[in-house]
Amino acid sequence: MGVLAVGRLAVPCQAEALAPGTVMDFDALILSRLQFAFTIAFHIIFPSFTIGLASYLAVLEGLWLVTKRDAFKTLYLFWVKIFAISFGMGVVSGVVLSYQLGTNWSVFSAVAAPVIGPLLAFEVLAAFFLEASFLGVMLFGWKKVGPGLHLTATTLVALGTLMSAFWIVSANSWMQHPTGFARLPDGTLRAVDWVQVIFSPTFPERFAHMVMAAYLTTALVVGAASAWRLLRKGREDESGLALRMAIGMFAIVAPLQLFVGDLSGKEVERLQPAKLAAIEAFWETRTHQPFHILAWPDREAEGNRFELSVPALGSVLTAGSASAEVKGLKAFAPADRPPVFIVFYAFRIMVALGVAMIGLGAWGAWLMWRTPGPEANRWFLRAAVAMGPAGFVAVICGWIVAEVGRQPYVIYGVLRTADAVSPVGAGQVSASLLGFMIVYAVIFTVGVLYILRLIAQGPERIAEAPLDPNRPPGSAMAAAPREAGR
Amino acid sequence: MSLDLPLVAAGVIAVAVLMYVLLDGFDLGIGILFPFAKAERDRDVMMDTVAPVWDGNETWLVLGGGGLFAAFPFAYAVLMPALYLPIVVMLLALILRGCAFEFRHRARARGKAFWTAAFAGSSLVATLAQGAVLGGFIQGVKLNGRAFGGGPFDWATPYSLLVAVGLVAGYALLGAAWLVWRTEGELHGQARRWAWISAAATAALLAVVSLATLFVHPRIGGRWGFHGDGFDMAALAPLLPIPLVGLAGLLVAAWALRNPGRHHATPFIGAWIVFLSGYAGLAVSFFPDIVPYGLSFRDAANADNALALVLTGVALLLPFVLGYTVWVYWLFRGKVGRDAGYH
Repeated sequence: MGVLAVGRLAVPCQAEALAPGTVMDFDALILSRLQFAFTIAFHIIFPSFTIGLASYLAVLEGLWLVTKRDAFKTLYLFWVKIFAISFGMGVVSGVVLSYQLGTNWSVFSAVAAPVIGPLLAFEVLAAFFLEASFLGVMLFGWKKVGPGLHLTATTLVALGTLMSAFWIVSANSWMQHPTGFARLPDGTLRAVDWVQVIFSPTFPERFAHMVMAAYLTTALVVGAASAWRLLRKGREDESGLALRMAIGMFAIVAPLQLFVGDLSGKEVERLQPAKLAAIEAFWETRTHQPFHILAWPDREAEGNRFELSVPALGSVLTAGSASAEVKGLKAFAPADRPPVFIVFYAFRIMVALGVAMIGLGAWGAWLMWRTPGPEANRWFLRAAVAMGPAGFVAVICGWIVAEVGRQPYVIYGVLRTADAVSPVGAGQVSASLLGFMIVYAVIFTVGVLYILRLIAQGPERIAEAPLDPNRPPGSAMAAAPREAGR
Repeated sequence: MSLDLPLVAAGVIAVAVLMYVLLDGFDLGIGILFPFAKAERDRDVMMDTVAPVWDGNETWLVLGGGGLFAAFPFAYAVLMPALYLPIVVMLLALILRGCAFEFRHRARARGKAFWTAAFAGSSLVATLAQGAVLGGFIQGVKLNGRAFGGGPFDWATPYSLLVAVGLVAGYALLGAAWLVWRTEGELHGQARRWAWISAAATAALLAVVSLATLFVHPRIGGRWGFHGDGFDMAALAPLLPIPLVGLAGLLVAAWALRNPGRHHATPFIGAWIVFLSGYAGLAVSFFPDIVPYGLSFRDAANADNALALVLTGVALLLPFVLGYTVWVYWLFRGKVGRDAGYH
């Protein structure tokens, strides 16, 4: 275990050797952080949907091959088109990230690449190529390969998305709780134990948390799209089937997610006490910490201007017992405290949405069990539609809790964000940030519009649409309705 | 173990970048040629020829960037800030372009016209930006210790503009030659004309860029035996096969283009040979620098244990990647007509 402690929570890295004599440009730092937050928050929307959707498509295709029930094929052909749009947007916004580490965070790259470089390389080699290559077969190869091979292609794409999540969450977990490394005199790091780097202590919970979040996000979108169709049409076999599959996912995975999230929270209490104090807006170190339902944290005054609290519940939830002492933010130097307000509320929104997902699952399961079915309950269908975007919001909030809560460090306890930035000027970074905002606004608006338009058409119309004689009947896109202008 | 890890890693990165240029080059080239197509249905076919493979092609760019991060972090940490603006412009263009593949065929009339223009424009801009990156790289990067020490517009010179225009011609040649191979009928005939024009432009610009490069830095001139007033044949002779192979590639392409009805794949192979020659020419000019002219690949290399892990992954996974890439190309082989129905 001696290795485990090497370099942990040691003095912050100055990285002098890597950026000698550079005067830190404060504006460039803030803008680089904004740009990273913006581009990664935009990016994470798509993988958190496509990780789940790829698995869903593999399940649909497998069920269709086994049961020969046409509804599964109709659903596959419907959702694969939405998958194609979302996946494309995820790929192109992801390419940005593999370059942005260097353009904006070059000191981080030089310091951390000896440890997490291989992890990111494995993500490309094991996941990106697999996804990109078999996506072509999945979308365009229906007529060119047999059903078994096509199912294999879908499954490999799904496997690729999961492997991608594995490696990126592994790298992120290491940055949250770095283990298995040593620091060299020039400021760079060295891996001393790869197993501890790849499987750092918080990795299993984080990976499970991310994959389940992706599955829930997908199920919420599938559930909302199906419920919307049922509200409009009254009855549609495919939509009823998809809604029931989504309810199954909420009912099983949402409670499990709360459990894993709580495990993750307990780890934060143990390993990142400053983050936990920010999540809960604890200022004093004490036993019987109250649980603040709402609060107005004030960093200047080092306290909450307003609180709505349950006494002692804070200690119970975070440390398991009311008499447990839990650290408050004042236990850390002001320069070592993460932002409180945004972390506090992002956490509460995430948990509230998680609880709502559990509620939706329980309601839907009860309707399936005791009534003619959820298809007939209009209030349930409306609730399912309203919850459609909840997964995305919860994922982004969870990411804010994890990443903003880790501040002021980029590698917790090892490298401060302010020391990690590239020697580039504020002018360049504001130009690039503006460019990303404009381009992302365009593609997001258009992408969402096309996805919503497909959802509005619904799966049945796709199955009913006459086949284009110019297209091979089996191709995934062949059954697409001809759109105006084509 | 006596394996020279940094050298092997440098080879892997070089191969990844070369694969990117050879593969994404032709689908970027198709975007560059987009405005010259006569009909919207021809553009549909042009896009259909690359629709199943472009995503895999672009993944080589991610391997180039991610691989540089993993294998040569000090080079990555210098080159990315040094070439900040052209890299960001390239990324923005690639984003629009990637979305255009899906959006263009989902769009209705006006939207389709917009995404046609976006696909063409962003393919051109991405290529120009890659050319600026390459030009800025060849000119050399100012170092401050092991960090970038120059200004935001160091890359912006007439030389890098020349390289960028040359790359546009080269990618257009790759794209046109690909279309000669993979289309039929009227579009095939048009692609032949595009291939002729872009081959001539590539030949002229490649010659100009090659000569200009000799003057960019004395290191490069010296490597090719050029000292300002003439060539030293003893230094030049061993490297002479490189430009000669490029010339042979051009001649092969031209010969095949003069024989309509046969050898449809040959111009593409000729264009690949031209790119291989140019790439090899650059490689011998810089070796062993990975950041010209101050950081060798050995000095920029990651820790040995990280390189060993990365290269183990490469050895285990890259054969599979290459295998299924070849398989996907083989699966979608043959002429693509208006009835391909990919979209």
